Amino acid sequence: MPGRLLSAWAAAGEKPEVLYWVGCAASFDDRAQRVARAFVRLLEAAGIRWGILGTEESCTGDPAKRAGNDFLFQTLALQNIQLLKSYEIKTIVATCPHCFNTLKNEYPALGGDFEVWHHTQYLYKLIAEGRLRLPADGHLKGRLVYHDPCYLGRGNGEYEAPRRLLRYTGMELQEPPRHRDFALCCGAGGAQMFKEPEPGRKDINIERTEELLALQPQRIAVGCPFCMTMITDGVKHAGKYDSVRVQDIAELLAERLGLL
Amino acid sequence: MAQVIFAIVLLTAIGIFAYHVRLLSRTIRLGRPYMPSDSPLRRWLRMLRVAVFQQRMMDKPVAALAHWVIYVGFFVINLEVAEIILDGLAGTHRVLAPYLGVFYDAMTVAAEIFMALVFVAAVIFLWRRNVLKVPRFHTAEMRGWPPLDANIILWTEIGLVVALFVMNAADQLLQARQVGPYLSAGTFPISRWLMPFFSGLSDDTLIVIERAAWWAHILGILAFLNYIPFSKHLHIFLAFPNTYYAREEPVGKLDSLPQVTAIVRESLGLANGTSVEADGTLGAKDVTDLSWKSLLDAYTCTECGRCTAVCPANITGKKLSPRKILMDTRDRLEEIKRTLYRTGKWEPDGKALLGDYITPEEIWACTTCGACVRACPVLINPLAIILALRQYMTMEAAQAPETLNVLFVNLENNGSPWALPAADRANWAQSLLSA
Repeated sequence: MPGRLLSAWAAAGEKPEVLYWVGCAASFDDRAQRVARAFVRLLEAAGIRWGILGTEESCTGDPAKRAGNDFLFQTLALQNIQLLKSYEIKTIVATCPHCFNTLKNEYPALGGDFEVWHHTQYLYKLIAEGRLRLPADGHLKGRLVYHDPCYLGRGNGEYEAPRRLLRYTGMELQEPPRHRDFALCCGAGGAQMFKEPEPGRKDINIERTEELLALQPQRIAVGCPFCMTMITDGVKHAGKYDSVRVQDIAELLAERLGLL
Repeated sequence: MAQVIFAIVLLTAIGIFAYHVRLLSRTIRLGRPYMPSDSPLRRWLRMLRVAVFQQRMMDKPVAALAHWVIYVGFFVINLEVAEIILDGLAGTHRVLAPYLGVFYDAMTVAAEIFMALVFVAAVIFLWRRNVLKVPRFHTAEMRGWPPLDANIILWTEIGLVVALFVMNAADQLLQARQVGPYLSAGTFPISRWLMPFFSGLSDDTLIVIERAAWWAHILGILAFLNYIPFSKHLHIFLAFPNTYYAREEPVGKLDSLPQVTAIVRESLGLANGTSVEADGTLGAKDVTDLSWKSLLDAYTCTECGRCTAVCPANITGKKLSPRKILMDTRDRLEEIKRTLYRTGKWEPDGKALLGDYITPEEIWACTTCGACVRACPVLINPLAIILALRQYMTMEAAQAPETLNVLFVNLENNGSPWALPAADRANWAQSLLSA
């Protein structure tokens, strides 16, 4: 099996092709862990030698930075950069757009220059290069709505890779009224995930989920573990948990390839 | 005599305007250093694309078209204004006509057509604002002065257009009657339809009307010029430098504070020999702690509210409104500017942007989703101000919300936002990993 801890790769005197930056959500949250496993199965189906940092990984510092704590952000970032450099990491893929954005955009100024991919970009690349093959059968059925994660879409301009992967599933892809550049946030960004919302009429995830559910999808696709939590909560709030599945793009693709 | 009065009025108006522009520039330069990292060529191209061609206005096509009409009308009518100023100084009448020949006719035709379109566009804008009540013009911060300012601008534009049409109509009648200096000059496809209303009047009355409209037009323009520095209408000038100096980087990228980097590197034993210097406040408590670009942003904002209309916090009833962040920043700057005007220098007055204008509840409602940044047609960045205020609250005042302090402790102790041990990080992959 081509997956190892970075320390194990180093002990064997080898290097993985890509470092999978798991992120805190997929490390600890049950639901996000399932996404991580689906993603790793896809990497293996493509024959990628992958590695994770395991116990050596830390938060990238995204929530600290956005909560205004630049000391903590930079402390985490500089430690992570040192660690990544010690393993001579060149290429990183993340299943979390917040990790992806921070590693890609905010680490270079602190001395960390890596080639950073969001998993949807990386998976699309693997398909485009023919390393990940789509079987002729196994198309999924039903209607699908995609929710753009802020830090992948508006934050980094990536709208196409997730949509291309979703079209490969064979499902009918629908766009909510607010999509791409004007997609509505799920409500978790900017460290909101870790605090109570400020007083208001409504929670943001309820507002967004209502918009997604209005298209009457069988499934809602997300590309971020925090969107996953927020939209899933919204679906539960609407009493649709039994009829609408919230899934990461990696899970949908893995199902399409018969890997789940 | 009229020439002398005109010259005095003109020079006084330009002088007062220049004074206020300098005062404005001094106020903006109270901000912290800032420079975009891209090349001047890229900046010029960005200004051309976003300010000159108004690329982002197209997100809302109806507003874009009406706005484009007023914008182009402004440039077209400036040719006529140039002639009015020449005539006023030289005591001539339509001095350019003999020199421009057929081009003069083209100029007057273009001016009249655009003036008519400007009239229609201004009426559409008034209608959208006051009758249709487009929601983004009626949020909490849009009370009192802001809507009045908007209506003053639109009614002034209508008034200036009407003065020009009245002037041209009277002029045409006088031209037809071959009175005095009113020689045949120009073609007026719109105002000719106003001629019947004035045709019964005597030559002298027509001359009075023509002169009154001429003076009303130029005095109106000079008064409007001096109104602009105190109005949201400043965007007609500042949109250009603001797009030039804007940062063209991924919306998701937030800058790290360099003075923090020095301290953190030293504490981690990574210092490269350069000494750590304490460099003022971390983040921003007042406008003088913000970058000068954020201050330019505040003066560039024309309060269209596209940012607030897409803000997830505002949509769901939270107090945060990105437009209010900019308006508060400008209000605070105006307070400082008035002190500069009175005393010639700025001394802290015990008030601050954070607390006296913007409440913590507002800035903690932000999800940093970047929708406001993307929505602004002139590349204003509300998120930069919100983040700087958060940085002050967290790092200087230690007043982050309690739940975020728990987050910080977890990140420090476990390298994770939750109180879960790093030792468990690879548990999810146990069956998938090789040795």
